[in-house]
Amino acid sequence: MDEHSAGATSAAAATPARDGVADLFGGTRQPPFRGQERVDLPADRVREAFRFLRDDGYDLLVDVTCVDYLEYRGAKHRYGLVYLLAATADNRRLTVRVFLDDPAPTVASATPVWPAANWLEREVWDMFGIRFEGHPDLRRLLLPEVFTAHPLRKDYPLQGRGERHNFPILTRDDG
Amino acid sequence: MSIAEPRAAAATKRSEEYLWTLNFGPQHPATHTTLRLVLQLEGERVVDAMPEMGYLHSGFEKIGEHLTFNQYVTVTDRMNYISPMANNVAWHHAVETLLGIELTPRCKVIRTIIAELARISDHLLCNGAVGLDTGAFTFFLYGFYQREVIYDIFETLCGARFTNSYTRVGGVSHDFTALVIEKIRSFLRTFPKTLDDMERLLTRNRIFVERTKGVGVLSREEAIARGATGPVARASGVTRDLRKDEPYLAYADYDFRVCCAAAGDCYARYLVRMQEMRESLRIVEQALENLPAGPVNVGIDQRTALPAKAQVYSTIEGTISHFELAMSNRGFEVPCAESYAAIEAPNGELGFYVVGDGSDRAYRARCRPPSVLHFALFPYLIRGHTLSDVVAVLGSLNIIAAELDR
Repeated sequence: MDEHSAGATSAAAATPARDGVADLFGGTRQPPFRGQERVDLPADRVREAFRFLRDDGYDLLVDVTCVDYLEYRGAKHRYGLVYLLAATADNRRLTVRVFLDDPAPTVASATPVWPAANWLEREVWDMFGIRFEGHPDLRRLLLPEVFTAHPLRKDYPLQGRGERHNFPILTRDDG
Repeated sequence: MSIAEPRAAAATKRSEEYLWTLNFGPQHPATHTTLRLVLQLEGERVVDAMPEMGYLHSGFEKIGEHLTFNQYVTVTDRMNYISPMANNVAWHHAVETLLGIELTPRCKVIRTIIAELARISDHLLCNGAVGLDTGAFTFFLYGFYQREVIYDIFETLCGARFTNSYTRVGGVSHDFTALVIEKIRSFLRTFPKTLDDMERLLTRNRIFVERTKGVGVLSREEAIARGATGPVARASGVTRDLRKDEPYLAYADYDFRVCCAAAGDCYARYLVRMQEMRESLRIVEQALENLPAGPVNVGIDQRTALPAKAQVYSTIEGTISHFELAMSNRGFEVPCAESYAAIEAPNGELGFYVVGDGSDRAYRARCRPPSVLHFALFPYLIRGHTLSDVVAVLGSLNIIAAELDR
């Protein structure tokens, strides 16, 4: 595809950073898929790695999201955090993945490095129940605080568990 | 956050007796959609704002794990419903990236045209709403009249005005007809005149300029650090436009400019959007006059798009392909891999992170919504401004709550 070849040319420039961050912080290089550069990082060193990547030119944090690999064939870990990075100066992109496991999936927050991570991490906490250490305000983003589950986990049913019908009802008097 | 919490937060600030707490939304005409702001006011000045969202959360990403790649396009319509065509294009662009499908030249150009028409219609609404909120009602009606024309084009094209669900994996649902091309041509002829009128109405209007210039200033560094994209970032001097930087569809073939401004205030965002509409017109014109002939969907051999009826009835390949695509366990081949693909949506970078697991449903369909990151900017932008600036800043960020909450 055209866009893939265009991605491949910019990906050639991204390779040193990908290899550098993999070597420095004990990460694993992943083969590029559809021209997209990827690297997996260990959860305990992400904060230094993020600083390194930002100083390397990845100044735009495009997205933070998560995948629950509970039912995924061949998956070794339960959660895969996905950080999509981009460099505004030279149009490189890099996908960083960090794998976490139950019972207490926790990772250092990227908010001190990229302020854009603030609400994105709140959404991941809301939907997957992953704690971000050092996050300034880790509240649920979309669901109300009285909601107890994390609905984008694979063990949460599509129809929900009836939370909606059991929310406390506030009236004008006791609100 | 529960309803009581902002009150508790306000109570702790009781020592600052002079601060007022004002609840803005979730149902207020100037929020345009359902979102809520808790404002801390000192007289008329906004000391702090606490945005609240989630009122329209309907679990789109969870639904995306249960619908097939073609079915889910109906849900993307409902994300940014101001420009649903752009969402359709973004979703199937991401799916086709994952599947490694190369579109036909005609399909690329058709998608480019409808994506640009969607951009015009989105910018018309956004700028129109900024005008409306700052008191320019006529300007808003000029914009809405032209949006109707674009809706008419979409209706002629695919039968739906609002929720188009136009794209399919490897193609689109309807090819351009002569009538559609004629309607787009007539829009190209008439719209620049309206655009001139709109600029004459508002661009140098003293009241509008006073209300928006220097309000909600976002510096270039902050725009990048806080993840702004699209017109919001470009109004702050970030020269990033995916149509130029990572040319997808047929954008590499066209001559257009990336519209930027340096000021980063509400007025700059208005100017960037006005200018982008002219550039979109140029793209549509070039694309329409060079519309390639040929099939609009990918061939039978790729086995993703339904073959034409003539092929189904007259060839064995067509019959088999149609039969298999209609069966749930014989659809297209999806790699066990994950990829991200984004387009320059009217609002900013709209991307989907799609994880495939071999089935015809996404294992995970993450939407990267530009509105969330732009709404996160809001408290930063409004601090120190007056209460009446809230609507100007909110409007210029073009926050669509359905995309915000998904």
